Amino acid sequence: MNLLLSITVGVLFAASIYMILRRSVVKLIIGLVLLGHGANLLIFLSSGLVRGRPPLVPMGESRLEGEYSDPLPAALILTAIVISFGIVSFAAVLVKRAYQEVGTDDLDEMKNTDR
Amino acid sequence: MNSSVALPVLIPFATAIACLFVWNSTRLQRGITLLGTVGLLLSGLVLFQEVETYGVVSIQMSGWSAPYGITLVADRLGAIMVLLNGVVALTGVLYAFGSIDKGREKFGFYPLLSAMFGGVSGAFLTGDVFNLYVWFEVVLMSSFVLLALGGERPQLEGAIKYVTLNLLSSTLFLVGIGVLYGFAGTLNFADLAVKLAQTDRPELITVTAFIFLCAFGIKAAAFPFFFWLPASYHTPPPVVSGVFAGVLTKVGVYAIFRMFSLVYTQEMWLTHFIILWMGAITMLTGVLGAAVQTDIRRILAFHSISQIGYMLSGFGIAGVGISAAMAAGVEGQAERAAMLTAGAGMALAGAIFFVLHHSLVKMNLFFVAGAVKKLRNAEELEQVGGLYHARPFLGAMFLIPALSLAGIPILSGFWAKLALVRAGLEVGTYAVVAISLVVSILTLFSMTKIWANGFWAPPPDTPDGERGSDPGDEEDPPGYRLMLVPIVTLVVLMVAMSVLVGPAFRVVQKAADQLLADRVYIQQLWESSGKIERIDALLEERNYVTTVLGEEYLRALLMPIEEEAP
Repeated sequence: MNLLLSITVGVLFAASIYMILRRSVVKLIIGLVLLGHGANLLIFLSSGLVRGRPPLVPMGESRLEGEYSDPLPAALILTAIVISFGIVSFAAVLVKRAYQEVGTDDLDEMKNTDR
Repeated sequence: MNSSVALPVLIPFATAIACLFVWNSTRLQRGITLLGTVGLLLSGLVLFQEVETYGVVSIQMSGWSAPYGITLVADRLGAIMVLLNGVVALTGVLYAFGSIDKGREKFGFYPLLSAMFGGVSGAFLTGDVFNLYVWFEVVLMSSFVLLALGGERPQLEGAIKYVTLNLLSSTLFLVGIGVLYGFAGTLNFADLAVKLAQTDRPELITVTAFIFLCAFGIKAAAFPFFFWLPASYHTPPPVVSGVFAGVLTKVGVYAIFRMFSLVYTQEMWLTHFIILWMGAITMLTGVLGAAVQTDIRRILAFHSISQIGYMLSGFGIAGVGISAAMAAGVEGQAERAAMLTAGAGMALAGAIFFVLHHSLVKMNLFFVAGAVKKLRNAEELEQVGGLYHARPFLGAMFLIPALSLAGIPILSGFWAKLALVRAGLEVGTYAVVAISLVVSILTLFSMTKIWANGFWAPPPDTPDGERGSDPGDEEDPPGYRLMLVPIVTLVVLMVAMSVLVGPAFRVVQKAADQLLADRVYIQQLWESSGKIERIDALLEERNYVTTVLGEEYLRALLMPIEEEAP
């Protein structure tokens, strides 16, 4: 499972970088979405995968014993998902407005502010 | 007492929410925002005062103790930065009153500004890495909208680059957090500092350090990550450029200061050496980029990058000095170690002083550029001209901060650079000192270019020899006088900082010493592990680590045997 997830994370990052480097702004957005997914999975993976051990203190005990799955990464990922949802929706609107204003979706033609 | 730590975060958000309730009345929104920013400044002052008294103040949100709960903590550096945020907020809002157009006011300019200041305060006060990420996002989201608000073509083009690169940086930051959590099992700054000081695999920790360095480097606009800044900073209304230059990049710089003084101190000879050279190259590329520009705000944007380089190289000098001092200490050269440590302290203090100086000065210059835009409706130097004759006062308000930026003696920039140069010579980073002096001259060249073409040269439509129109025959455009209020305030603050450089420098020196003391303290903690009396003596000290983590937690960490005994 670790190996499978590692490969998935790698593929997601590679795909997202590829998409970000394309010239179309729509592909840029798709790239950013994929990048966020890759990062979230990476947090999930790097904090260690544990199967079937919920972080619940058993009846009569006062603390967690042995191996248990850490709930914190899930909380981190949830927060990150919410944030990236907001930002991606903003980016989508921004791209639409830029497309209307500039009249092209080609990033190479949006270089007037760089000169 | 501790609630004063939360106020600088709560007040701006309360202001933003209150503004949303009076969406249709811009006049009410103005009033509320003014009240809110005054409140932010006052709460910053209160916090600063408390930190002066107690050293470190912290609050655990909803009573969950660190490292499990959410901590807000203010040490001297944090309190100084919050105070700076308050100053930037108040002057920024005053300037917005005079300069921002009705359309932007109607579409939530003020609540966005307040939310951004709240996020900035949060980033300066948070006690753990993940919340730093969340505050970064809060700041980013508001700054995205502030940048794009108005929807002019250059704004949108600039915003796309700004959004993309900053999103990339956030994602890198998140990746770093994930990997760091995998190593350390905690994200609280103090807890991380204590635990990572005792790691047996420092090289793995250093790998995560570089992920963070890239992420913060993008935020701070350091070489080679700065490309979003010149593409976007000159596009929004001047007030937005000014406020962004005042606090936004500083959040990235602050994050580097915090992470690399508290958490990543394992391999300073590598990490801080790279920060040092990152800073040196940043200042050089920034100033060279500015040399070819002819638009006032573009020149200023490139100079922002260049000045960020000074802050980073100052921090790098401090780190290199500390690691050299440690090496000298091991070899038994106590005298040399003491000198290097003193140099490192001065470099860090100089870097913090530089942050304050640059915020005031760069904001002021952007505001003057906005006033120029209002008067002449142009920002290209060729189209401006003759302003010194028509508006001598505005000329003076430009000249003083511009000279300060270049580092002319007795102005604040001179003191900041003097500290960095002296510290650099003491630590022995001669090449970086040389670069910083060359950059100073180039900065002066750029500022002279704006001065000569924008203020001294005759206006473009008059023949040579005539010195433009007489003062007084131009009507003040609406809002112009109001715009002068924050400009003058900032100049006065900057001059005060230059004249009272002794007391001002003592404040930042204390902040720097406090930052450097944390690392030493944590080492002492681990060395005393198992010896009860020494731990007792050490835990009585009041500093970042003990204030955040509490005695009980640290005792349990250092005395594992005692815990198992019963």
